[in-house]
Amino acid sequence: MLNAKIPDGPLEKKWKNYQEHCKLVNPANKKKLDVIVIGTGLSGAPAAATLGELGYNVKVFFFQDTARRAHSVAAQGGINASKNYQNDGDNVFRHFYDTLKGGDFRSREANTYRLAEISANVIDQAVAQGVPFAREYGGVLANRSFGGVQVKRTFYAQGQTGQQMLLGAYSVLMRQIGLGHVKSYNRHEMLELVVIDGKARGIIARNLITGEIERHSAHAVILASGGYGKIYYLSTLAIGSNASAAWKAHRKGAFMAGVSWVQFHPTCLPQSGDYQSKLTLMSEALRNDGRIWVPKLKGDDRFPNDIPEEERDYYLERKYPAFGNLAPRDIASRSAKEQIDAGKGVGPNKNAVYLDFKDAIKEYGAEEIGDRYGNLFRMYEKITGMSPYKQPMMISPAAHFTMGGLWVDYELMTTIQGLYAVGEANFSDHGANRLGANSLLQASVDGYFIVPVTIGNYLSNEIRTGKIPTDTPEFDKAEEDAVERLKKFISIKGTKSAEYYHKQLGKIMFHHVGVSRNKKGIEEGIKLIRELREDFWTNLKVPGGIYEVNSELEKAGRVADFLELAELMAHDAYDRDESCGAHFREEYQTEDGEALRNDDEYMYVSAWEYTGYGKTPKLHKEELTFEVVKPSVRSYK
Amino acid sequence: MNVTLKVWRQKNSKSKGHFETYKLNDLNPDMSFLEMLDVLNEQLIHEDKIPVEFDSDCREGICGQCGLTINGRPNGHHHHTTTCQMHMRHFEDGDTILVEPLRASAFTVIKDLKVDRSAMDRIMQAGGFVSVHTGSAPDANSLPIGKMDAEDAFDSAACIGCGTCIATCKNSSAALFTSAKITQLATLPQGEIEREKRVVAMVDAMDAEGFGSCTNTEACEMECPQEISVTNIARMNFEYNRALLLGKK
Amino acid sequence: MGTSVIFKNTLIRKIFMSLTGLFIAFFLIIHLLGNFQLLLPYEQAHLQYNWYSHLLSHNIIIEIIAYVLYATLIIHILDALLITLENRKSNGQGLKVDKRGVNSSWFSRNMGILGVIILLFLILHFKDYWYMYKFGNIPVDEKGNKDIFLIVHESFKQGWYVAIYIVAFIALGFHLAHGIWSAFRTLGVYNKWYIKLTKYIGITFAILMSLGFAIIPAIIYLKNL
Repeated sequence: MLNAKIPDGPLEKKWKNYQEHCKLVNPANKKKLDVIVIGTGLSGAPAAATLGELGYNVKVFFFQDTARRAHSVAAQGGINASKNYQNDGDNVFRHFYDTLKGGDFRSREANTYRLAEISANVIDQAVAQGVPFAREYGGVLANRSFGGVQVKRTFYAQGQTGQQMLLGAYSVLMRQIGLGHVKSYNRHEMLELVVIDGKARGIIARNLITGEIERHSAHAVILASGGYGKIYYLSTLAIGSNASAAWKAHRKGAFMAGVSWVQFHPTCLPQSGDYQSKLTLMSEALRNDGRIWVPKLKGDDRFPNDIPEEERDYYLERKYPAFGNLAPRDIASRSAKEQIDAGKGVGPNKNAVYLDFKDAIKEYGAEEIGDRYGNLFRMYEKITGMSPYKQPMMISPAAHFTMGGLWVDYELMTTIQGLYAVGEANFSDHGANRLGANSLLQASVDGYFIVPVTIGNYLSNEIRTGKIPTDTPEFDKAEEDAVERLKKFISIKGTKSAEYYHKQLGKIMFHHVGVSRNKKGIEEGIKLIRELREDFWTNLKVPGGIYEVNSELEKAGRVADFLELAELMAHDAYDRDESCGAHFREEYQTEDGEALRNDDEYMYVSAWEYTGYGKTPKLHKEELTFEVVKPSVRSYK
Repeated sequence: MNVTLKVWRQKNSKSKGHFETYKLNDLNPDMSFLEMLDVLNEQLIHEDKIPVEFDSDCREGICGQCGLTINGRPNGHHHHTTTCQMHMRHFEDGDTILVEPLRASAFTVIKDLKVDRSAMDRIMQAGGFVSVHTGSAPDANSLPIGKMDAEDAFDSAACIGCGTCIATCKNSSAALFTSAKITQLATLPQGEIEREKRVVAMVDAMDAEGFGSCTNTEACEMECPQEISVTNIARMNFEYNRALLLGKK
Repeated sequence: MGTSVIFKNTLIRKIFMSLTGLFIAFFLIIHLLGNFQLLLPYEQAHLQYNWYSHLLSHNIIIEIIAYVLYATLIIHILDALLITLENRKSNGQGLKVDKRGVNSSWFSRNMGILGVIILLFLILHFKDYWYMYKFGNIPVDEKGNKDIFLIVHESFKQGWYVAIYIVAFIALGFHLAHGIWSAFRTLGVYNKWYIKLTKYIGITFAILMSLGFAIIPAIIYLKNL
């Protein structure tokens, strides 16, 4: 039933083939077509701007006060593109292969290849917009190596690449808004997707200032609503990041795939107390010079500098001599969790490991290390009050990126006609684990170059549809449902805040569907999630009303969706009896603790169909076939 | 630690605001200021009161969405910080802390501590871009840009659009914010073609939004979380005067 | 460019401010140099100063320049008033507790107040000398020039009068300390090195001017104690 609609032809010709044969909408007709975009991150902003440039009527919705706040802004490291400017043997195929291998062979060859293929254009586009990437003295672009690959293909703008890429996209979006091609709805939240005769036809949105419920119709809807890592409550994501738009689509028939594939970032600041609202990410670059260790002795309470060398366990260097402290994110995160679970965690809450710069400072001097990491050290000191020059940093893994998301075909269309998902909101290109510096790339590629083309192929059939009225029964029903739900939140009048439930859910997810999972744990997790959900609907307390600014009401909606998505994630993790990428099932590991993939039985993408509230979702398998690449075992020994 | 908060409460943009006093006990000094407000809100919810509305998103100092006036200064008594990066350990046990929204007549209070900063978006819409549409870009290396120019452009481009500069200016001037974008694009060859048009349009937009004149007190630079330099303002003036002299107005 | 734009545009308003300010500052140099004649030995100063004043008031070119200067001064004042009022409007209701001042020097924030002090001084200054010279009934010296020197000299014998002058010149000093480099910035000096240079020039100029103008009445006062 699932058809990914991969174009014919050899791998390197597929996208070209598609573009040569897809249907187009002529400029005069584009004016008659409305498109809604949800989100203004590095996928939504380019999609909205590009569609506006093309001549469609675009409406863009986002909950923040301005489009420039979207969480792409926080990405630090860089963006990959196989430009081969460094003449170090990089090319599209290598980039494709690294991505596919990094994802543990759980993504489509065709999609992943296209990602690498278009990567070069993204850099051209960004530079033309005035994105100030790092340069060499001669004036050409600089690159660095990132995420454990052997070539230098990462472009960067200091430690704020995401910000600069996003601001580039924001600038072109602002231009389109100024020209009147795109209409912007800030402080608006999508509450429902409207589906008419199997096609996405609009949304119900709430104006977060007045609380008014609005109807907006369109010939196609693009979800660029980001990832759902905030389901763990403590994550590197923004406070407002949520799964609601995607979940509403899921409830209306869009499948979700690979939902339990969540990347935990190993170098985040540990939780210091129950009040904590997020975990700040410190760039992975720190692992280039920092050495990770824990005391050999359980519960060793000594000040780190007082622990002698022979009583320290540099566990990454010990276990992975080839990569050492630079082992991939999932391995580094998992190893840290193992140490913490074994009672060797450090810090006041015993929930961290040390990242020590003592040796690097000895070797290169404090000044040189300051040049390399000064801003990160300052940031660390600002937040924790401790200086990494004087004592080791404390780090711990935190939920960071969700590889899973709405299932999409090659055109980035979900299983609902006319509903597209782009960027982190979809599942497609990263497989079971994302390669460092590929997330900015995927978001950009989807938004700038793919969806503006593929959407034409669909909209070419809509030119005779005419303006879609919003006074139809489907819109009535969707609005009714949305208002009903808001009223329900307020009417429960229980005792606990939405924040409380979010925190509880986060704990359950971290322990049961977190860095590593096992069957029993997941089963228990599902039980706990259900209990919590039950409790939520009976004891929630939302002060205030609907038709006013009400952050608590917004939170309640998001947490309610997280509570449902959580169970789906658990089912997804439960179903997959193998370890692959970020999905580490404790039952499936080699003797020395490495992930054990099962290509014979699980070489598929799990796409889940919604079957009703609280009901077990239905699994659809999209078998993955590898025509060009032979899946190999990831080894970082 | 314990603190007493005096928080600006305002039901909506039309109503008159006032201060409410709240007491918070047993706070952890490692909390950020916003996490302290989270604690306050939890407390208010339990007391059947309406929680305090305030904006925040990334809480790591880069998105620019948060921003409060704390004890009479935007983002509190530290230079170069966002509100989310202000921690309670920088306050004394027993302090009384006054919390107001960011103030400027172009920033309407939406509710409590939330303000509308969309005027800043409109300045960007007037010209804060290079008019390049998707797909039309030449190869990235076809336009060499000196390392120093790229770094200078980055320093200007690092602006997070938080509005601190405006709120800290006694004239509520948006000069630092506007000039940072103008300077970024004036420093780079990509911005050359629309150079005059951009500066004139953005300055006009800045004025139309009701922001005041820059009188060079340089307070903005002192508070800017990204340490954007006031030399950007000088550059904007240069670009504007140049456009005037070239008759591009 | 219509007149409405001139008055609405914050940058153009500032250009007027800086150009008029710099012109007035330039005049200060000439004025100060002229004033130094007051410090010559009494007899020599007496005749030379009166001759100099006569020269200034009876030369058509200087006359024109003087009127340009008055116009400049009026534009500077009116523009300042306009900017201040508009800025106050932009700042809206302001803060209940305002500690933003720690981020900038008090004189950069209070150019208006300093300007008002200078303006009040100017009114006094014009009334006592300029008006007297033009319309007053004053004696003539042995060369037949109006004896403005005598009037100046007599007035500087009064302590309170000298005090007012010194206060005004301190205000002028601070006004210039911010005004000069600020004017250069408004005109678009953005190079980091030149910015530094204009700051040094501005502050040095401010010190020289306020000191220069202040010592003249002070010395005359002290000599006559």
